[in-house]
Amino acid sequence: MSLIAKGILQGMAVTAKNFIQSYYKKERLPTVEYPEEKSTVNQFTRNIPFLVYDGEDEIEGMRCTACKLCEKACPPQCIYIIKDTDENDKPIKRPKVFDIDSSVCMSCQLCVEVCPFESIRMDSEFELSNENRFEGLLINRDELLKSNEYYHEIHPIEAQETDDRIAAKIAEAETKKKAREEKARLAAEAKQAAAAMKAAEEAAAETETSATEQAQQSEAKAEAPEDNPETKNT
Amino acid sequence: MPARGYHLSKDELGADILEVAMGPHHPSTHGVFRMDLKLDGETVVDLKPIFGYLHRNHEKLAEDIPYLGCMPFTDRLDYLCGMTNNWAFALSAEQLIEIEIPERAQYIRVICAELTRLINHCLLVGFFINDLGALGTPLLYALREREKILDLFETLSGARMMVNYMRFGGVRCDLPDGWLQECERIVGRFPAFLDEYETLLKDNEIVITRSQNVGVLTQEEATNFSITGPMLRASGVNYDIRKVDKYGIYDRFDFKVPIGAHGDCYDRFMVRMLEMRESIKILKQAIADIPEGPIMGNEPRVFKPDPQETYGRIESPKGELGFYLIADGTTNPYRYKVRPPSFVNLTALRHMCIGHKVADAVIILGSIDIVLGEVDR
Amino acid sequence: MNNFIDYKLIELGQWTVGLFNDYPVVQILVHLLLATLPLTLVFMGAFGFSTWLERKGLARIQNRLGPNRVGIFGLLQPLADGIKMLLKEDIVPDRSDKLFHFLAPVMLMVPAFIAVGFLPLGDGLMALPMDSAILFFFAVGSLNTIAVFMAGWSSRNKYSLLGGMRAVAQMISYEIPLVLSAVAVIMFSGSLNAQEIVASQQIQSWLASGNLVKEFFGQILGWHIFKPWGFAGFIFFFVAALAEANRSPFDLPEADSEIIAGHLTEYSGFKYAIFFMAEYISAFAIAGIATTLFLGGWSGPVIAGLPWFIIKMFSLFAVMIWIRGTLPRLRVDQLMGYAWKFLLPLAILNIFVAGFYYFAEQQFGSLAAFIGGWVIGFGILQTAAKGLSRLNKSPTLDGKRVYQLVE
Ligand code: SF4
Ligand code: SF4
Repeated sequence: MSLIAKGILQGMAVTAKNFIQSYYKKERLPTVEYPEEKSTVNQFTRNIPFLVYDGEDEIEGMRCTACKLCEKACPPQCIYIIKDTDENDKPIKRPKVFDIDSSVCMSCQLCVEVCPFESIRMDSEFELSNENRFEGLLINRDELLKSNEYYHEIHPIEAQETDDRIAAKIAEAETKKKAREEKARLAAEAKQAAAAMKAAEEAAAETETSATEQAQQSEAKAEAPEDNPETKNT
Repeated sequence: MPARGYHLSKDELGADILEVAMGPHHPSTHGVFRMDLKLDGETVVDLKPIFGYLHRNHEKLAEDIPYLGCMPFTDRLDYLCGMTNNWAFALSAEQLIEIEIPERAQYIRVICAELTRLINHCLLVGFFINDLGALGTPLLYALREREKILDLFETLSGARMMVNYMRFGGVRCDLPDGWLQECERIVGRFPAFLDEYETLLKDNEIVITRSQNVGVLTQEEATNFSITGPMLRASGVNYDIRKVDKYGIYDRFDFKVPIGAHGDCYDRFMVRMLEMRESIKILKQAIADIPEGPIMGNEPRVFKPDPQETYGRIESPKGELGFYLIADGTTNPYRYKVRPPSFVNLTALRHMCIGHKVADAVIILGSIDIVLGEVDR
Repeated sequence: MNNFIDYKLIELGQWTVGLFNDYPVVQILVHLLLATLPLTLVFMGAFGFSTWLERKGLARIQNRLGPNRVGIFGLLQPLADGIKMLLKEDIVPDRSDKLFHFLAPVMLMVPAFIAVGFLPLGDGLMALPMDSAILFFFAVGSLNTIAVFMAGWSSRNKYSLLGGMRAVAQMISYEIPLVLSAVAVIMFSGSLNAQEIVASQQIQSWLASGNLVKEFFGQILGWHIFKPWGFAGFIFFFVAALAEANRSPFDLPEADSEIIAGHLTEYSGFKYAIFFMAEYISAFAIAGIATTLFLGGWSGPVIAGLPWFIIKMFSLFAVMIWIRGTLPRLRVDQLMGYAWKFLLPLAILNIFVAGFYYFAEQQFGSLAAFIGGWVIGFGILQTAAKGLSRLNKSPTLDGKRVYQLVE
């Protein structure tokens, strides 16, 4: 070190540059003044899951079918689901209880990835602080339910993709259903024709009734996909 | 050990040894870490590292979770380098199921890992200078630059630090539109920041007098302590797993490995500075070459690998990060063991500190680059 | 002359004292109050302002915004801090030495304020006018050491103790180069009186010439810092002053990354605030004395007097902030080595250079002495500094290094 330490002066020049430039260069003053300015969230941000519902009514439009796949996939096991039942104690495909413990959730998004019904999605809400650290942090079904429009608002690209996927699924199911109905109809017709031929050949009344029975059975088969939950969303 | 001037021993002075428990909440123990120091005046005569305050049962927990479920937990190991942790775990699990990784995914992984290296190293340098006593100025410059990269990670994976981005056989989602251009812009501007950083610190007389010949670790000692990463290279051993294993696609890039000659704190700091420049080189090549294509091999989410064991390792910014897995034919690992670089590098702490002053113990700890999330698991 | 502000202030004071001519006892009291009260209030205000300045300056250096919530530009932040400090619980460690734990902050504050009294704030503006003001200043300033050690010892905390020990070692060592670099100035001006030292830095013949340009420069060019020994002396003085005032890079007694807060570890609430204030006021005092000794005190063009003094003092304080924002801290043994093996010999050498300069000025005229001084005198100092640092450097410390890049 001689009388004037060059390295130190160099360093001081750097800090002086930063001091001055912080007054006119955005680059040098990246501070975001938080409560006034909330630019901290972009459309890809994920924080805590929420449940999407379609249309106006929260309960009717709920996409979740309480299949509990997410409950199983959640690594810290912070999802808790109870299936809903109707008046006759018959389980219906809708959760009665759907709790997420936000103090445990680690925002990993695995629940989103497993959900086959595009129901659970990540929210970008981050102001979750609460005065009650037990119940206050447990988010229940009604708080979790948010509309599809909200989903479009926070994650526009992802929500559009989801909608397209659902529409494609429905369309596919529709065409499949149509194809199956068509097939069933053809089969039934063929069978009818065969039966008619047989009937013509044997001219027996009992065989005709059995043919109609068969046709009914195959029609029932064609209707089966209607139970498929996606179609509910139409 | 270099001569540290004449100093009266405690017997000559009739004085006693002062025991100081530094930590677990001390401003510069980098988390909840404790050093039990025995001081003779200000000179360290003995040091006992004590950790475990942040133990989270990470390894045992993984045995009850399917392989994929362990992925988000790895983010929390070294919480500054989520991407590389993800990659290390994905790498070892991929060895269990032998899966082909698409080209584009490989490139994305390299880009993410090198960005992580930039983050980690510039932060480490900041913290190191902070331990030297600068009032956080270099650290805040580092944070300023890190923020930009974290924004990139956020648009990519949705989270800034707990990315949970890699999957077995690829990555979770493709790059959003314009991400590569943004990344290129940020990487292109990073060297300017490094220049600024170097002017601020490299020739600074106080940094030089404080950190040169402090905490020396010779080549032999470093290998005996099984030190890895920049710390090993600062001691003069040319060992970089990116070069040795050539995992991923690292054999396609042209980059060099900086080597220090003295193995002291200053070398550790400078090796990291130089490594950042090499990372920028890799990033530029990767961004230029990245192909279009799929980002995931078709791998079921839950799988049952045949009973076997495997060890996958990568060069994480802190050193060799390895995952040792034993599969028993179920969906969960039978044994899941992490080889954390921070923890192993920390073993040399006592050896390096003895004979130095208290202030040096702090900067030696800082130069090791530990993250307690990884040390305690 | 243009130091009318000072004269007006003095007149005001004399007028106030004159009001009590009939009551001699009261008059003395009033006199005392006039000398101390404004000073105390002004410097307390300056303390508040400087904490704001420091926080703001550091923040900008670090690319942050700094305090900006309380008042415009956060100017009321010091007030808010003060209220916060007052309302905080005053925690005294159970096993501490309670009396000394309480006394330490007071002990630190009193000498700080006394030291301020010796500053020549303007022409004739001095709270405690005294012929040996400089000597007294240093004497009072060294009382700090006792208070800091008191705090470190009485807290019964190992970090505090380490901090206290460091403080004693550091302050005692740096006192010597501090005083020795001031000795050069005292020798040159031939007086210990602060006012006369300031006067010696004005080129009196130019001031009396009546030429406006000459008057302007006569107030500046005489400053000791423009002389080779003055420049070197200023550097030594400033470095030692940083150490005396516990400012970075010599803030070892309260090194937060090593010993938490050193002697302040166990202090909270208002006692902590008093410590803080005392430290800032000492920093002011020492910046003020550096101004007096090397930067021409209150002399300056156009508005000589109090304004210039304040400007200079705050500029020095700003430099301290700037240094704090840039530099890491030295290690304790390096710190001592720096004082004893580097600053001390150089400060002594500087005294000789100053002496030769003085005679050269009388022998060859001031211009020749000025040029010769800068070439020869400064050359000698620079060579000595280089030689000393080479001598001191441990053989293994190699400064710049080259790094290999391998495949
Ligand atoms: S984000 Fe992860 S932790 Fe949170 S509920 Fe979903 S699966 Fe569970
Ligand atoms: S996986 Fe989807 S549909 Fe199934 S319970 Fe979870 S949210 Fe509901």
